[in-house]
Amino acid sequence: MTSATLRHAGWILRGNPLTAVAAAGVFLLALIAIFGPWIVPYDPIVSNVSQALMPPSAAHIAGTDQLGRDVFSRLIVAARLDLAIAVSAVGISFAIGAVIGAICGYAGGRLDRGVGRFVDVVMAFPLFVLAMAMVAALGNRVENIVIATAIINLPFYIRFARAEVNVRRNVGWVEAARACGDSHLSVVLRFLLPNVLPAMAVQISLNLGWAILNAAGLSFIGLGVKPPTPEWGIMVAEGARFISTGKWWLVAFPGLALMLTVLCFNLLGDGVRDILDPRMRT
Amino acid sequence: MIRAGRRFLSSLPALFGVLVFTFLLMRVLPGDPAVFFASGPNAGKEEIEVIRKQMGLNKPVPEQLMLYLYDVGSGNLGRSMMTGQLVTKDLRERLPASLELTLTALLIALLSAVPLGVLAALRPGSIIDHGVRFFCALGVCVPTFVSGLLLIYVFYYLLGLAPDPTGRVDIFASLPPRQTGFLLIDFLLAGDFDGWWAAFRQLILPALSMALFVVAPLARITRASMLVSLGSDFVRTAHSLGLPWWQVVVTYALRNAILPVITIAGIVFSTMLGANVLVEKVFSWPGVASYALDALLSSDYAPVQGFVLLMATVFVIVNLLVDILYGVADPRVTIG
Amino acid sequence: MTKSLLALSDLHVTFSTRRGLVEAVRGVTLSLGEGEMLGLVGESGSGKSVTGFAITRLLDAAGRITAGDIRFRGQDITRISAGDFRHLHGAAMAMIFQNPRAALNPIRAVGDQIADAITAHKRMPRDEARAQALGLLRAVQIRDPEKRMAAYPHELSGGMCQRVMIAMAISCNPALLIADEPTTGLDVTTQKVVMDLLTGIAAERGMATILITHDLGLAARYCRRVVVMEQGRLVEEAEPKTLFRAPQHPYTRRLVAASPTASSRIADLVPEEERGRHAAMHVALKPQPAPGTPPLLEVQKLTKRFDQGAAAVANFSMTISTGESVGLVGESGSGKSTTSRIICRLIDPSEGEIAFEGQSIGHIPARDFHRSLFRKDIQIVFQDPNDSLNPRFTAFDCIAHPLLRLGGMRPGDALRQRVEECAQRVGLGIELLTRFPHQLSGGQKARVGIARAIACRPRLLVLDEPTAALDVSVQAVVLQLLDRLRREDDLAFLFVSHDLNVVRMMCDRTIVLQNGHIVEQGESRAMFDNPKTAYTRELVEAVPHIEPKLAATAS
Repeated sequence: MTSATLRHAGWILRGNPLTAVAAAGVFLLALIAIFGPWIVPYDPIVSNVSQALMPPSAAHIAGTDQLGRDVFSRLIVAARLDLAIAVSAVGISFAIGAVIGAICGYAGGRLDRGVGRFVDVVMAFPLFVLAMAMVAALGNRVENIVIATAIINLPFYIRFARAEVNVRRNVGWVEAARACGDSHLSVVLRFLLPNVLPAMAVQISLNLGWAILNAAGLSFIGLGVKPPTPEWGIMVAEGARFISTGKWWLVAFPGLALMLTVLCFNLLGDGVRDILDPRMRT
Repeated sequence: MIRAGRRFLSSLPALFGVLVFTFLLMRVLPGDPAVFFASGPNAGKEEIEVIRKQMGLNKPVPEQLMLYLYDVGSGNLGRSMMTGQLVTKDLRERLPASLELTLTALLIALLSAVPLGVLAALRPGSIIDHGVRFFCALGVCVPTFVSGLLLIYVFYYLLGLAPDPTGRVDIFASLPPRQTGFLLIDFLLAGDFDGWWAAFRQLILPALSMALFVVAPLARITRASMLVSLGSDFVRTAHSLGLPWWQVVVTYALRNAILPVITIAGIVFSTMLGANVLVEKVFSWPGVASYALDALLSSDYAPVQGFVLLMATVFVIVNLLVDILYGVADPRVTIG
Repeated sequence: MTKSLLALSDLHVTFSTRRGLVEAVRGVTLSLGEGEMLGLVGESGSGKSVTGFAITRLLDAAGRITAGDIRFRGQDITRISAGDFRHLHGAAMAMIFQNPRAALNPIRAVGDQIADAITAHKRMPRDEARAQALGLLRAVQIRDPEKRMAAYPHELSGGMCQRVMIAMAISCNPALLIADEPTTGLDVTTQKVVMDLLTGIAAERGMATILITHDLGLAARYCRRVVVMEQGRLVEEAEPKTLFRAPQHPYTRRLVAASPTASSRIADLVPEEERGRHAAMHVALKPQPAPGTPPLLEVQKLTKRFDQGAAAVANFSMTISTGESVGLVGESGSGKSTTSRIICRLIDPSEGEIAFEGQSIGHIPARDFHRSLFRKDIQIVFQDPNDSLNPRFTAFDCIAHPLLRLGGMRPGDALRQRVEECAQRVGLGIELLTRFPHQLSGGQKARVGIARAIACRPRLLVLDEPTAALDVSVQAVVLQLLDRLRREDDLAFLFVSHDLNVVRMMCDRTIVLQNGHIVEQGESRAMFDNPKTAYTRELVEAVPHIEPKLAATAS
């Protein structure tokens, strides 16, 4: 199995080297998030007004902001917070959503239809607005950004786990497990969830990107993270004031950081899906 | 129609949920709502107590909820502290600006995404296909607020093609008589083509940056469902009977492939309603979202509540439209 | 012989897959006269369908004709341009596909689809095309054709959809029809009606037809000449009579033997020279149960309704004694699968009583039955071997699972021995036990499924179409295996199937179900030889028989 999977993965990677690049990118991001504060060339918080609004140069490769802080150092240090928000939000919604979804998908019937319809309706709602209102209601703090992001992610996991389990609930090996003496609960936990997890892993990777964009969007409009904390969304918001006067680096570099991060997660998700299930290849 | 009706009914609980949510928003929020409605932060204790009674805040929560529902039902969403006006009036004034922006962006997105997706699916593996896929992969990664700001940098600062990116019209321009609230339509009705052009120039950058974000999912789903339908048995049947190429592609493949696109377009539209908050902030667009955002940041909660309710209503209407469209496009849904 | 219409010479078709190039057709030479009906028979992977698609140039993008030519009316059609081929499609050659509902555009009225097929080759006003479409619907004997013009495929049954497909295929009077498994997936009675219609129309309009099928009986019944394909090659070409009486090629011999007929016996299914060491079986004399002992299984007045709808099963009663084999036959929707799952206690009946060895088990909810002592006595073998094994379990895990759960065994040497013993009993090589399902063939997966079911030595085995998804040569081996296991363990079978010939061989008694009701039951051979009810007679007559006498002399 493992050797076959590896061979298959090798085949996919040869046809799609982007996945390898994306995996390397995610690995690098993780390193930056962990070691960021120790490797930056400048202090990300202390201002130095004499150096304000300098364009990119050899000393400041991403320029400086209105308070003279090094944009590159702030970008590096921000990675930890941005990733932490996204990872914890996605982790929470995955853990809850997968279990609810799997149970609904397996049980079927009225419960399933009710939950299914509710999820459909919530998913079609402008979720960003919902997150915004939730942060407003719960209080303007980073924890609440995590909770709000987790809640708006939840329907995706419920729906996904539900659909994946539902197509398998009447499959022969599920009935066979029951005939072999497994209870419903044990069928869901020991048979269905393990079969669904690989597909969910893809969803997690894709959702991480989405969660990062959402969190950045919330802090862009002034919710959650407070200055002077370095965070990509808030850096764009601070830079926005200077775009009309041509200070592009204040927006472009945090924007690029967001874009590359999300891109890595998306490409990795697509790549993993190709490895797991060649039929789903699009 | 049956399906649309059923979907409408099934979205009512969600609407009710949003109502309860906004009610809780009012209650849970830091601070005492009575204080907002009093003369100001310096109001005396007695005055606040009186207002408390007037607002029914001393009553049990379920009764308060009923009162709240009654208020909403009779169109009373409270008063904004910022503008000093009724929230309903503020929202009515600003909604057309948001809708004009969102609908234009949706139109741009659909008109570019569907042809791109179809072209990519017709020649899988070609340069067009790779280009479309590359564009889709990038498109979903760039946040709207970043692409908006970069568009401003390029078209306003560097090229000087776009006007000052604030608001719907130049501050010195005269507005057309308000008919629909949609400036492009109102200018046309007034016969003011210079005004129309000016409004269009203001609109195009925010609409583009919003469209950029949603072109990717739309093109991606178009391509995917077009590939499925081109590879389906009934397209093979059409080939086996010697049907002309265009008929196979349009009447057989595309008509089937467009069904999932309709569904996704509904979701995309609601994503855009959310993205409005970001784009309106970037372009100082006087829409409902920037209004709600300003209110939120200055702890003025009645407008936020009204905004969330308005979004919920718009979303119910959009879903209904999507269902009706889907029902027209797919004969199978009228059954069952 | 009539004038030649189609001639393939040394045709090779290659598919490029991720494992490299795969040759699906390896040198097929074949000719077809005008108006002739030819049967192209083979098991899965034989390249029969690929040959059909190569002729009509409808191969997948991955498939290419690498050598040989296809002459249609003397012209090599492998060399003409796509644009020119379009004028042949439909007008000169048309195809009928396996899954009729998927083959029709789901969101276009069938009348319009037929009219599209007509106007693709003839310029005419839309009204006229629709009038002709209506005429075609009449020709394929669709009831109420005016109304059906506006119907969508999902509003029609599978048989109806196939008639519409036939109407489209014949709309421009092509000289050649290629029917790729046109009745696979349809009920046996529908199959007969559709085949009769298709051959009738082809004969009437003088269309040459290639019938591609896995069913030797079907080809023999409708075709004058049959060619047999194996692994991309033609192995034999003959008249059906000759083919059955004196098959030349060893593969054909195996295929003919494996195709169950009205008179075949289990032992005949595999040719003598290939029978394994188990073939010499000793039929132990069954000790008669002492009078007064309750039957192994007794079912009384079983009824099942789903969501308050009409009953899927109504008033179903039956008994099975130890070691007895009972067949349950019926067409799709007859309730046979539902019944088998209720008896296996995977779903609950709405009403009725089930007793196992005299003890009531019907009152235990299916939800809790996994804790019942009888769980290990009633086991089930599923229809599709592909989805009856957990993709994340090895063959060993699959067979060990019931032993751990129900047999009270712990992981260790004893378990390993037991699993290996089970594998040996079903003829599964021990070296295959470490493999995952996707690394096993269909027949091997079926064996794993059977090993799992017998691992705990059940008393009653429910077999839900156990061979429906298998090729006939594999089916033959699996049926023999099942029969041997039954004798060895004195197992009782509830054998659910749509294939009367299989049930007739495998079962002592048979119950015929229609719309959830028992229509007829009795001793299998007697009942099928002499059906009492009209429905059973219809079923029996619809089975494409090879002349019993012929088959008898062949075996």
